Amino acid sequence: MRRFLSGNEAIARGAYEAGVHVATSYPGTPATEILENLAQYEEVDAQWSTNEKVAFDVAYGASLGGARSLVAVKHVGLNVASDPLMTTALAGVGGGMVIVNADDPGMHSSQNEQDNRYFAKFAKIPMLEPSDSQEAKQFVKLAFELSEEFNTPVLVRSTTRISHSKSVVELGEREGVQVREYQRNARRHVVPIYGKLWRKDVEERLRRLQEFAEGFPGNRVEGEGGKLGIITSGTAYQYAKEVFPQTKILKLGMTYPLAKRKILSFIGHFDRVYIVEELEPFLEEQIRSWGVSNLVGKEVITNIGELSPEAVLSGIAGKEIRKSYADQIEILARPPVMCAGCPHAGLFYTLRKLKVTVTGDIGCYTLGALPPHSAIHTTFCMGAGIGNAFGLQKAHQERVVAVIGDSTFLHTGIPALIDIVFNKGITTVVICDNLTTAMTGHQPHPGTGKTAKGEPTYAIDYEELIRAIGIKHISVVDPYNLKETEEVIKDAINLGEPAVVISRHPCRMLPEERSKPYVVHEIDLERCNICNLCFLIGCPALEGYGERPTIIPERCVGCGFCIQICKHDAIHPVVTS
Amino acid sequence: MKAKGMNILFAGVGGQGVLLLSELVAQTALKAGFDAKKTEVHGAAQRGGSVTSHVRFSDKVYSPLAPLGKVDLLVGLEKLEGLRWTHYLKEKGDIVLNQLVIQPAQFSEKPLPYPRDIEAFLRGKGYSLHLVDATAIAKKLGNIRVANVVILGALSRLTDLIDPSLWSEAVREILPVKFLEINLQAFQAGREMG
Repeated sequence: MRRFLSGNEAIARGAYEAGVHVATSYPGTPATEILENLAQYEEVDAQWSTNEKVAFDVAYGASLGGARSLVAVKHVGLNVASDPLMTTALAGVGGGMVIVNADDPGMHSSQNEQDNRYFAKFAKIPMLEPSDSQEAKQFVKLAFELSEEFNTPVLVRSTTRISHSKSVVELGEREGVQVREYQRNARRHVVPIYGKLWRKDVEERLRRLQEFAEGFPGNRVEGEGGKLGIITSGTAYQYAKEVFPQTKILKLGMTYPLAKRKILSFIGHFDRVYIVEELEPFLEEQIRSWGVSNLVGKEVITNIGELSPEAVLSGIAGKEIRKSYADQIEILARPPVMCAGCPHAGLFYTLRKLKVTVTGDIGCYTLGALPPHSAIHTTFCMGAGIGNAFGLQKAHQERVVAVIGDSTFLHTGIPALIDIVFNKGITTVVICDNLTTAMTGHQPHPGTGKTAKGEPTYAIDYEELIRAIGIKHISVVDPYNLKETEEVIKDAINLGEPAVVISRHPCRMLPEERSKPYVVHEIDLERCNICNLCFLIGCPALEGYGERPTIIPERCVGCGFCIQICKHDAIHPVVTS
Repeated sequence: MKAKGMNILFAGVGGQGVLLLSELVAQTALKAGFDAKKTEVHGAAQRGGSVTSHVRFSDKVYSPLAPLGKVDLLVGLEKLEGLRWTHYLKEKGDIVLNQLVIQPAQFSEKPLPYPRDIEAFLRGKGYSLHLVDATAIAKKLGNIRVANVVILGALSRLTDLIDPSLWSEAVREILPVKFLEINLQAFQAGREMG
């Protein structure tokens, strides 16, 4: 049976067909749908973990216990999981373990575009790079087999364009795979003590994996001969094939370890070989280190941003890329904005008003950095905001507030909050609690009381947790109430002691919230003096800045922010008779 | 010799149903026996940002992204978004443009005006323009959200590679039963516009 699946759906399907027992993850674009899809299968124990490191530890524990396990992360998520990752090569696996890593070339939804293929080399584990959904499914299944045959976790590396593109996939049946026997093996698994014993094994394994790569059908040559050859992998293969359909291409499906003999033999046939790879010269550097000189790579194929068919054509054939018409007609930017009624809008309106320095974190609330709020001044990675604020205050004794989301706080915010109390800081931390993991699509987290499969479970009591950490000043405020929010945050900042303010209101896009009745608002132009203050809330339903402020009824959700801000009593709920 | 097929670029604002529209087209192309691929970029969807989706169908599709300059049909669910991606079109390519303006968020002291005379500009570049007031038609049918299916009807007239009966088959299979009636009406209305 054939279906039209995204790369992520296909990856989940591949794991399912391979008999995967346990799957773990933390939401992160472009990997999120992998776990969401795996959770649909009754046979799979699929869970969201608190963060990617825990997700990795759980999956690895399951593997050691004899189960086939999978952990799915985005590229920066693997950073969080990198500590346990780096030790797995020494210890080996039990049941097959597959690490699915989804990179984000072009940083569509990420803080960087790091090329995680280096992690495979760094961690000394094999890596497969699929080029479309069918291959993604196939490679995940193969990865489980390789993992068990070579006693190592296997990295399957996807990118946004693979994870979120849909193509045709042939479905198969689920393999009945038994959970293997678990035998205690301290000599293998207590690595700090015994790890040295296995160092040589790791290098020997890489040699055997390279032999496998030499004969692996996923490393294949296509096309006709000529003076020019192309070596490529992943999505870049599709672009190269699109614009050079006749050229001889060596498509690498296994990109660590590399099939050195196969690659050198291919190169030997041509005057010149182009390495077409997206992001870093991961393949190129290794191939060059073998003493090859008729190669062209990053000189013509950029390492910045996503590739495209035209970028490959332009790099190799020198054709110019047509630009947009932006120099001939004003093509306005369309930045993302907070949804109408977003509780964070009220919080950032307040923080902007209080003129404090705000260290931010990763989530929907990061949008508080954009105009009109412009109320966040730093954001780096998950859980960094609290530590950043503490450090900033050490350097400059000024008012600094850290903001962090409800899921992010549990992810990696807790140790930072402990640090402030432990090291006698006075930082104010605001938890933007919208009762969900919103930016990635409303996944549950340990504070929401639901599991990935929708089952009820214990919901963390934030106030109790924060009290136990040693914070004496904890307040909870509804950001929909602008006046109260301002008072509470001002008090917290002026305390001279560490404080946590929980700005709590459900995300307006949660199904339960969207289905609640509301009254649309309108502006009375007789009373409006076009002061434009209402625009400071950044509501997408408001148009006509500086001219004729109007509320677009289809977009208004009746949250009432604008009414609270207007000083001229010019905004009212629409009265329907 | 160019293989039979089409490259279509869909553009709109988050929330307009761009991805649903591109899914309907991709599924219809698959029913017609073609190989197809589709791209989506998530994240901006809920938050009013630009959303694009490429759909390509042919006997064998490699790149999911249509090469710049090779798009046969640009479908703009909103005028500015249609304009934004026009340079992807081939010479004299077709544009189906919904007559809808959604102002982008601007918070500076002097906001820039929404570009005027987009239609004249596009015609001046030699493209074949097909204007559809899909949003107004959808409103008249009773639900503004079916505007994307009105557009589906309109664009279905622009290719003879797909048997006309297959479009509504895809609509039936993909859209929820309780909205089937209005979506079939929307599709018909769009088809009659062409």
